[in-house]
Amino acid sequence: MSQTVPLSVTVNGEKHESEVEPRQLLVYYLRDQLGLTGSHVGCDTSNCGACTCHVDGESVKSCTVLAVQVEGAEVTTIEGLGQEGNLHALQEGFREKHGLQCGYCTPGMIMAAADLLERNPDPSDEEIRHGLEGNLCRCTGYENIVRAVRHAAGASREVSA
Amino acid sequence: MSVTDAPPNGGGKNFVGRSMKRREDSRMITGRGNYIDDMVLPGMLHMAVVRSPEAHADIVSIDTEEAKASPGVVAVYTHEDLTDVIHGPLPMAWDPPGVEIKVPEHWPVKKGQVKHVGDPIAVVIADTKGRAMDAADLVIAELDAKPALVDPEKALEDGSPLVWEEFGTNVTHQWAVAGGDFAAAEAEAEVTVKHRIPNHRISGAPIEPRGSIGESRAESVTLYSATQIPHIARFLLAGILDMPEDKIRVVAPDVGGGFGAKLQLYGEEVLVLAVSKKLGRPVKYVETRSEHMTNSHHGRDQIATVTLTAKKDGTVTGCKAEVIADTGAYHQLLTPFIAELGFPVAGGCYKFPAIDFSVTGVFTNKMPTDAIRGAGRPEATYWVELMMDKLARELDMDPLELRRKNFIPKEEFPYETPLGIVYDSGDYHGSLDKLLQNFDLDAFRKEQAELKEKGIHRGVGFSTWVEVCGLAPSRAVGPQGVGLQAAFWESAMVRVHPSGSATVYSGASPHGQGLDTSFAQIAADRLGIDPEMIDVIHGDTDTGPFGWGTYGSRSLSVGGEAIARAAEKVQEKAKKVCAAMLEAAPEDIELADGTFRVKGSPDKSMTMAEISGAAHIPPQELPADIEPGLEETSFYDPENFVFPFGAHACIVDVDIETGKVKVIDYYAVDDCGPAINPMLIEGQVHGGIAHAIGQALYEQVVYDEEGQLVTGTFVDYALPTAAELPSFNTDRTETPSPVNSLGVKGVGEAGTIAATPAVTSAVLDAIKDTGVDWIDMPLTPMRVWQALNGDGQRATEQGQRVPPHGQESAGSGPTSPGEGGGA
Repeated sequence: MSQTVPLSVTVNGEKHESEVEPRQLLVYYLRDQLGLTGSHVGCDTSNCGACTCHVDGESVKSCTVLAVQVEGAEVTTIEGLGQEGNLHALQEGFREKHGLQCGYCTPGMIMAAADLLERNPDPSDEEIRHGLEGNLCRCTGYENIVRAVRHAAGASREVSA
Repeated sequence: MSVTDAPPNGGGKNFVGRSMKRREDSRMITGRGNYIDDMVLPGMLHMAVVRSPEAHADIVSIDTEEAKASPGVVAVYTHEDLTDVIHGPLPMAWDPPGVEIKVPEHWPVKKGQVKHVGDPIAVVIADTKGRAMDAADLVIAELDAKPALVDPEKALEDGSPLVWEEFGTNVTHQWAVAGGDFAAAEAEAEVTVKHRIPNHRISGAPIEPRGSIGESRAESVTLYSATQIPHIARFLLAGILDMPEDKIRVVAPDVGGGFGAKLQLYGEEVLVLAVSKKLGRPVKYVETRSEHMTNSHHGRDQIATVTLTAKKDGTVTGCKAEVIADTGAYHQLLTPFIAELGFPVAGGCYKFPAIDFSVTGVFTNKMPTDAIRGAGRPEATYWVELMMDKLARELDMDPLELRRKNFIPKEEFPYETPLGIVYDSGDYHGSLDKLLQNFDLDAFRKEQAELKEKGIHRGVGFSTWVEVCGLAPSRAVGPQGVGLQAAFWESAMVRVHPSGSATVYSGASPHGQGLDTSFAQIAADRLGIDPEMIDVIHGDTDTGPFGWGTYGSRSLSVGGEAIARAAEKVQEKAKKVCAAMLEAAPEDIELADGTFRVKGSPDKSMTMAEISGAAHIPPQELPADIEPGLEETSFYDPENFVFPFGAHACIVDVDIETGKVKVIDYYAVDDCGPAINPMLIEGQVHGGIAHAIGQALYEQVVYDEEGQLVTGTFVDYALPTAAELPSFNTDRTETPSPVNSLGVKGVGEAGTIAATPAVTSAVLDAIKDTGVDWIDMPLTPMRVWQALNGDGQRATEQGQRVPPHGQESAGSGPTSPGEGGGA
């Protein structure tokens, strides 16, 4: 178990050269080795999506990806999506529409929604609901999450128009 | 009860009532939250728990040698290894006068026997979580399996296996309360309906699993824990660890949802501290989701046999509920008390003149049940509302007309129920009226008929509900009342700093409710400053006074009121300082629009910043009766509970080919008094409804006959996703509570208490032409299909077919349901 393998990966624009256990999951690499604790672990079975981040622009559940699988890839986590003062439209949307309560599912939910909007910039409510069905929230009943994503979609369209 | 004279806005700039955005959000939307598993302490070790794979067994031997030799392992401990640091078992807090409760010893690591799947046998401490878990697999426990008991009704049968042989019975306790004369009501009844109503076992399932870090340094210990009750935890840990409270600090950082599952003192919280004391290094434990399913307490798991008696005109004359409560194998903090929490609302929002309510608790070889969102009140509301529907069917009466006929009229508040509970305020007709303004029932019935022509089975179900919350008046719930060995006041400390910003310390411990925001709004109006100038601190026993935590929809009506009172004390002192500075009489100083000024001389005024500066660094001599500083504390014990209420309507489609239920629409009118922050209320209602829809349609903790947990992950335990849920149409009425000066009632559990009967009733409405008039939750496709395809047979809670209603074999145990159905 102590055997490690080298990993070269770019996370939030920063290049990392690391040694990881072959069994190391991406989410634990991000959390434990890089200190990026915004990606959360909620279920261990890739049901809840709290660990969702982007690998080469596509959303993945980082508890279902081995760290070694992102060799050479570009990974974006919630920390890289936007910061206070320079928030992503979805981060603004979640705050504006009260799309979070305890906040635990929120980073994964935002990352999944970001991928959804990338593929479908103007989703219907039903498309938002289906697009986020891999992410569980126990607090909000999803109502305000849908509103937040819709708000963000509108804001993004205004910016690009 | 009295209404204080304080204006609702306290004299400030009217921040109360606004949908202010949450101050909590910034860190959470950027991934900078600070949850237990995000915390790393120097030298920290990790704990894994070796758990029983058997539901009931003698522990013959435990071989830890191989685990101890495993890479990275620092220690492996069994029960006997920990007796030098763990001095007492986990506590149970209910000691009702005149009632005997069987309380088994409940140790964090078990000795001698295990009583449910997941019961801890040993703990492994290693340098990484992975190595601890690897080594846990190497602990060899020889277990001699014994017969397991899973069914709470079988638990009452002679000859059933005993969970605790030393007690000679599986009955934990029997508790009853009665008011009015139900026997007479039954004897004189023109109509009687009776039914056996299971309310199945569910999991709290916050998305953040439970986790804790124990840190021992010199004579002191610190527990960082995902808990709803840091102060209670410290108080209990002092006993278990045999340490003075001043040497114990408990900190709840960001907590990723609780729903009652973190209203507990768990063995693992004791263990991380105990192990840290032995090893002198911090120790972290975070449960896996499967451990959450096996070892975080469950909720519900009650079977109520309910009888309603009535006149032919629909006037209900009596209600009797006999509840069997499956407590599981041990008692956690409140386990045997939860079913009893249904009694205050056993009459719903109706004028029932006689109510009998009794609970029989039984042990089974399952994880203990305890408080999960609503705790006792969802169960009672579920059976009251569905029995009102059943009575309406029996009388061939419109179910809403039956409800209106029996509503407690708004003129009769405060209303004392036959069980001595005083409902504070209500307008049940008002909320139903508003619901029907928002939801056009006539149009729906027309649409329903048209859809049926097309083969679409759509139905609507209603729930007109009241709940009891704002836990609680200590005299009613504490040792002098129903016997909880605790009090339930809440504390607040308001400190204005020399430059005029303020810090509010609360004994509540929020975990997603947004109370940092609403608490700041309350304080701001009373201090005359902006909420942005106020920091809210909670969840740390080393800061602020003792408090009782967040649960039971209590934080606003008890904790918020404590803040209002402390802030008003600060305001009074600020007026004295202001008066001295402006050479006016204190009674002539008023706070208006955020400024302290002399009445009639608006040009003579001071801001809070100026006053606080003078209170801390007096530019002139202040009167001798004014102490320096500007800080006040309040301990508020409410005189009564508060009673939120409302009316909900759920609309579903049932696919009668597959049994699948789809929630199409949902309307809710809630009344929790005047809003502090309407946005937060709406969010709480949304989440509460979703939780109840989850229970009604999808979620169930299932043990098989051997006591093996079948639903051990989110693969098998189905939380609703965004795709399953409809958009919620929410609205409110505002009926102030006379209990507190804010007029507020709780709202965190309201949706969960309200919604399960509305969902179930909607399904039954959709299929009413099939002759099926009852299906037990959860209304999974299998169970609905079985009910529809059973020639009038109904599905039981285990999903098997049983003979039609009224033809069952005689029920079991002392609260046998006997004959069901209408009389």
